[in-house]
Amino acid sequence: MTLEAELWSDITPIPLDDGPDPLAPIAYDAEYSEAMGYFRAISQKDERSERALQLTEKIIEYNPAHYTIWYYRQQILFSLDKNLYEELDFVKDQIDSNPKNYQLWHHRQVLVEKLMDASRELPFIDEILNDDAKNYHAWTYRQWVIKTFNLWENELDFVNKLLDKDVRNNSAWNQRYFTIFFNPTKPTEEFLTQEIEYVIEKIKMAPNNISPWNYIKGIIAKSNKDIGILEELCKEIENQDIISPHVMGCLVDIHESRARNGSAIDKEEGIKICTLLADKHDTIRKRYWGYRKIILASH
Amino acid sequence: MVNFLILAKSHNASQKSRGVEIFWCYWGKSGNRKMIGSDNPTPDKFSNIIRYHVMFYNVEITWYRINHLFDTLRPNNYYFFSNAMGILSGSRNLVELFTNTDAFPTESSKAQTDTEVSVCELYKAARDKNINTIKLNRESHIKYVKDGLKRLPSYLVALDASKPWLCYWMLHSLDILGDELSQDLVEKGISTISKLQNPTGGFGGGPGQISHAAVTYAAINALAIIGTKEAYDIIDREALYKWFLKLKKEDGSFVMHEGGEVDVRGAYCVLSAATLTNLVTPELTAGTAEWIKRCQNYDGGIGGEPGIEGHGGYAFCGLAAMEIMGKTDLLDIPLLLHWATSLQMQLEGGFQGRPNKLVDGCYSFWVGGLFPLLEAIMTRNNFEKDVEQRNFEVSQYIAQSLFDREALQEYILIACQSPKGGLIDKPKRSADNYHTCYCLSGLSTAQHHVVYDFEKAKEKGLDSGARSLLWKDEITNRIVLGNPNNLINPTHPIHNIALPKVRKMIEHFYGKRDF
Repeated sequence: MTLEAELWSDITPIPLDDGPDPLAPIAYDAEYSEAMGYFRAISQKDERSERALQLTEKIIEYNPAHYTIWYYRQQILFSLDKNLYEELDFVKDQIDSNPKNYQLWHHRQVLVEKLMDASRELPFIDEILNDDAKNYHAWTYRQWVIKTFNLWENELDFVNKLLDKDVRNNSAWNQRYFTIFFNPTKPTEEFLTQEIEYVIEKIKMAPNNISPWNYIKGIIAKSNKDIGILEELCKEIENQDIISPHVMGCLVDIHESRARNGSAIDKEEGIKICTLLADKHDTIRKRYWGYRKIILASH
Repeated sequence: MVNFLILAKSHNASQKSRGVEIFWCYWGKSGNRKMIGSDNPTPDKFSNIIRYHVMFYNVEITWYRINHLFDTLRPNNYYFFSNAMGILSGSRNLVELFTNTDAFPTESSKAQTDTEVSVCELYKAARDKNINTIKLNRESHIKYVKDGLKRLPSYLVALDASKPWLCYWMLHSLDILGDELSQDLVEKGISTISKLQNPTGGFGGGPGQISHAAVTYAAINALAIIGTKEAYDIIDREALYKWFLKLKKEDGSFVMHEGGEVDVRGAYCVLSAATLTNLVTPELTAGTAEWIKRCQNYDGGIGGEPGIEGHGGYAFCGLAAMEIMGKTDLLDIPLLLHWATSLQMQLEGGFQGRPNKLVDGCYSFWVGGLFPLLEAIMTRNNFEKDVEQRNFEVSQYIAQSLFDREALQEYILIACQSPKGGLIDKPKRSADNYHTCYCLSGLSTAQHHVVYDFEKAKEKGLDSGARSLLWKDEITNRIVLGNPNNLINPTHPIHNIALPKVRKMIEHFYGKRDF
C-alpha cells in the first residue's frame, strides 16, 4: 500500500475488469493499479474530496493523457471551490514536462475560462514557445486566449520577434495571418500595402523558404489583389541567378491567371516553367507540375 | 485467363546501359506462375512481349518496379509516368536534393539539414544494392505487433486511456500485412472492446473511462477489422447515436468528450464511425461542413480549428469528413492539393505534417492519404461537368495519382523500418504501434491506387455507407517498390481499414449491397 492507509480505510478498491484475457495488456506498476482501484471506487460514488483530488494527481503523474481523470479533477476543484490559481501553477508544471498533450492544455483553458483572468497566459505561452516555437497545442491555446480576451494589440510585435529569430517558422506566419485577418478590426488598404512590402523583404532573405510565399499569396487572394504584383519580385530574384521552385511556382500562378483571360503567350510561358519544374528543379512534384501543365493547356 | 504479370529489373542493370536486364518476369494465376523471360531482351522486344500479353491474355499488369529503364517498356496504351520517379531512381543526384538554405540558416533549416544528412546516408547505402534487397521486413513487423498484443511495457501506462487505439493500430497493421487474425485474437478482441462501451453510448479509453470520440472511432474500426457478427453486435447503436448528438456544438463542430476540447478530429471520428454503423443523419451533420470549411487556411491546409495552422493530421480528418458528407465542394480543392504536394520532401521522399517541419513516417498516411481523396474529388468534379466542358486529359492524368508514390515507398522501406521490428518516425527513433500502423497505411496508399467509382456515384441518393463502398482497388495501377513481396493489402481512403472489412461491416448495418 503506497497510499496513506488510514485515509482510505473506508474504501474497498474496485479491481480493473478488462476481461479474462485482454488484448495489449499494460504491465502496470503496482502503485498505478492501486490508485486506479480507489479511483473506480470513489468515482462510482462521485466523491468530491481532498483525498480524491490527491488521488487524481497521483494517476496524472503516471498518465497525463487520462482525460477521464482530468474531467473528474475539474469537477472536484469546482465543488471544493479550490484556489484555481494554485491549479494554474500545477498545470504549468505538468505542461513544462509534457508540452504536447491535449488534456493539459484543455485543462488550462477550462481553468482560465472559469477564472476569466488571462493575465498569466501570454507570458506562460511565450515560455513554452521559447522551447518549441512550433508547438501546435501552444499556438491553438494562444489563439483562444487572444480571441477570448481580446488581446490583439501586441500580437504582431510578438510575431515579428519570432520571425526575426526564424523566418521559416510557419506557425508564426500563420499567427501573422490570424492576427491581421481574424482581428475584429479589419486591416486598412495602406496597412496591406506595407504588409506586402514586409513579406517581400522576408522572401528576399531566403527565396527558397516556402512559408512567406504561401503567406503572401494568401493575403493577395484575401484582399482581392492581382497576383501579378509579384512578378517584379520573381524577376528580381531570378536575375540574381537564384533558383527557387517557389519563385517558379509563383510565376506559374501569374501566367495561369493571365492565360485564363486569354493570353496565349502566358499560357506558353507557364507551360514552359511547369516543364522545368517537373523535369529539373522540383522533381519530387513531377506529377503535380504535369497536372498544372494540362490545366494551363486547357485555357 | 491470365490475371497478373510481374516484372522486375536486375539489380546490376547500370542506369547507363542501353538494354534492360530482366531479372525475372512471371505471369499466370497466383500459384501457377510461368516464367516468360529471364534473358536480356531489348526494350523493343520486351515491350512487344508485354503488348502481346495485354492483347491476347487480358493481363492486368502490376508494375513491380518502375524506373526510367522501364519507361521505354510500357505499352503506349498505358498512360504511366512519363519519366523517372522516386529518389534513388530519379533523374537527380542525392546531393542536388538537399534543401537550399539560401546561405541563411535558421533553426528550422538546421534541423532540416541534419535530417537530410541522416536519410541521405541510408539512401547512399541502399543505392548500390540489389533492388530486391529493399524489403519490407514483414515477419519482424508481425512479430513486433503480436508481442505487443500479448503484453506492453509499464511505461505505456501513458496510453492507458487509449486502449482502443492500441487495438486498432495493432489489428490494422496485422490486417494489411496479410496476417490473418486467429480465432483467439478475434475472441479476445471482442471481449476487450466490449468492456469499454458505456451504457450512455460510445467507448472509453479503458474500462470505466468516459466515452471519447477518437477512442470510439478506434473501437469501431477495431471491431470492423475483427469483422464478425459477434463483434458488430456488441455496438449499442441507439446509445451511440444519442451520445454523438451530445458531442455536437451549435456551430456544427464536435467536442471530443463531455467537457473536452473541440477540433476537427471530433467531426471525422464521429462521422467515420457513424458511416460504418449506419448512423449518419441530416441532424448529425447539420452545420458541420460549414464549420470544417472555416478550418481551411490561407495556404490550403486544414487546421484543428478556424484560424489554426494547417496540419497533415487535421487536413486528413477534415477532407475525409467532408467526403463522408458529400460536401467537398465547400473546400478550395486546388489550394489543398498545392499544399499537400508541397509537403513531400524532395530528398527524404516522405511527408512532413506542416511546411518547414521535419519528415515523419506517420504523415505517409495522413498526408499521403489525402491524395486518393483529392484525386477522386477532382475526377468526380470533372465528370459532373457537361460533356463539352469535361477535360478528359485531366481525368486520365489524375488517374495516375498526383504524388511520388515511389519516393514515399523508398522513405518507408529504407528509413522507417526498425531493425528490431515495427516502424518509426525517422532514422534513429524507436518503433511504436502508432508509427507502425501509419507507416504501413502510407505504404499501402503508395502501392495501391484506390479509386472512386464515379459512374456509380451518379446514381441518385446514395447514402454515406453506399458511397464508402464505391472505393475500389484499381489493380492495374499498382506500384511496388523493391522486393516484389513487399505488396501489402489496400486500405480504405476514408476509414483506413482493409477494403473487404469496410464492405462487410456496411453490409451488416445497411443490408446487402449489389455493387
